[in-house]
Amino acid sequence: MGGVELLTITVLAVFVGFEVVSKVSSILHTPLMSGANAIHGIILVGAITVAGQATDGWVLAVALLAVVLATANLVGGFVVTDRMLEMFRGRATPGQGGAKGEAK
Amino acid sequence: MTLSSEILDPTWTAFLYLVAAVCFILALKGLSSPKHARRGNLLGALGAFVALVTVFLSSRLENIPWILAAMVLGAALAAPVARRVRMTQMPQLVAVFNGVGGGAAALVALLELPHAEDGWLRVAIVFTLLVGAISFAGSGVTFAKLQELMTTRPVVFAGLPVLMGAVLVGAVGAAAAVVVTGSTGLAVAVLAVGLIAGLLLVLPVGGADVPIVISLLNAFTGLAVAASGLVLGNVLLVVAGTLVGASGTILTRLMAAAMGRSVAGVMFGAFRGGSTAGSTAVSERPVRSSSPEDVAVLLGYAQRVIIVPGYGLAVAQGQHAAAELAQTLESRGVDVEFAIHPVAGRMPGHMNVLLAEANVPYESLMEMSEVNGDFKQADVALVVGANDVVNPAAKTTPGSPIYGMPILEAGDARQVVFLKRSMRPGFAGIENELLYQPQTTLLFGDAKESLTRVLSAVKSL
Repeated sequence: MGGVELLTITVLAVFVGFEVVSKVSSILHTPLMSGANAIHGIILVGAITVAGQATDGWVLAVALLAVVLATANLVGGFVVTDRMLEMFRGRATPGQGGAKGEAK
Repeated sequence: MTLSSEILDPTWTAFLYLVAAVCFILALKGLSSPKHARRGNLLGALGAFVALVTVFLSSRLENIPWILAAMVLGAALAAPVARRVRMTQMPQLVAVFNGVGGGAAALVALLELPHAEDGWLRVAIVFTLLVGAISFAGSGVTFAKLQELMTTRPVVFAGLPVLMGAVLVGAVGAAAAVVVTGSTGLAVAVLAVGLIAGLLLVLPVGGADVPIVISLLNAFTGLAVAASGLVLGNVLLVVAGTLVGASGTILTRLMAAAMGRSVAGVMFGAFRGGSTAGSTAVSERPVRSSSPEDVAVLLGYAQRVIIVPGYGLAVAQGQHAAAELAQTLESRGVDVEFAIHPVAGRMPGHMNVLLAEANVPYESLMEMSEVNGDFKQADVALVVGANDVVNPAAKTTPGSPIYGMPILEAGDARQVVFLKRSMRPGFAGIENELLYQPQTTLLFGDAKESLTRVLSAVKSL
């Protein structure tokens, strides 16, 4: 793909990013950050590409290090975000609310 | 050995990357409400999975067993930590994941350099090298500060501004040399300079400002990934990196605004001597202190209570006690809400996560803008382990370091109860006039202990 096309996509992505993220509820800013964190772990695709083309031992070693780091970023990011979001429950869940405290 | 061959033609590859990109956008969009957020995140993970399958099927890859082993290793390192980490330690974990992502982007760029003939590609490569390395080293320092492996106060030394300037000049020089020559040796030098720059950038930042730095470094890693996408000609990396860059930028600005400071002031404030380190001076002025039983009476017979949790609550691990107190009061018919300042906690939105973990329903978690009008109708504002975020000096004292910071108007409530460890001022090191007002009562002690004692007193009312 040519440079101008990539630049076009970049600029459009900037606008999409600002549009989507500015609507995120401030309650969820921590999951937003860890979720965004997970998304940049997709650099793994780049790391795999580089490792897959490596012919030299050193290049392969460095590329595999990048694969390890990127996988940790990607997998860890999605797992921890899921764990956090699971905790955000609405009032509807019975059993927890009100049951513990006894009115005088 | 070559396991995969080009099963997917370029059109299908591009299409599947588009699918993955859309999944990522929807993952972020899902976060607009807690209801759909979890599904959104799973969709994001699905997008990542689609992208990984695509990369294996679309190009002729060598070394596949090695790559798979490295992936298994990375996942095995990260998943257990992600599953077990305590919610109070979330900022550290985000810093680590952010740093390794930036490091990975920098390494990818380094290895692509020999294939880059074009000058512009080399510009994108040195950008990725520098920003990725800054993000890696900066996140490392952030982690050390949050984990309290080092002092949380700003680290400044006499020659710091000069050194920083020298590093910047060195970075620009080395980067220009790489663009002209394409030398890998020089690229390693750029990487090293980037690491030093990352250290120098974050060392002078005080503990209270860490939320801003985390989001800034998050944006940095996003930009590094986007630039590496340009290098590899991979649209998905460009889109994903740009999305993260945008989210990090927005959050950084929001956080800075919520603290009433500029981003530049946070990053370089310590250079000018105006640090955010808390003072330890203790005032001698009289305050009204009270017993847990008295506080329980105030709360138990109120109609409307607004709880203002601060980082002191999280430090004391008191969020479960706070949640139980809220439930107990609600079962007595008291209307209870939590008023959350954007910078409560150690990263944006941190307090919400801590309270959600303690089973507080998200409907009770109110943002500053939603809740500020409600304080006037509240019988009691219960301030737990917070100080600066309710300090009226932010509105009334133009010379104050926190002047201009939006605050929670707890002073508007009929009664204000502070649960505090001591009369020590907060992070910003400023006296809080609200503590001396006639409607204010103080209960001294560890936040969790105080809450537990108030709770049992409420139960026996």
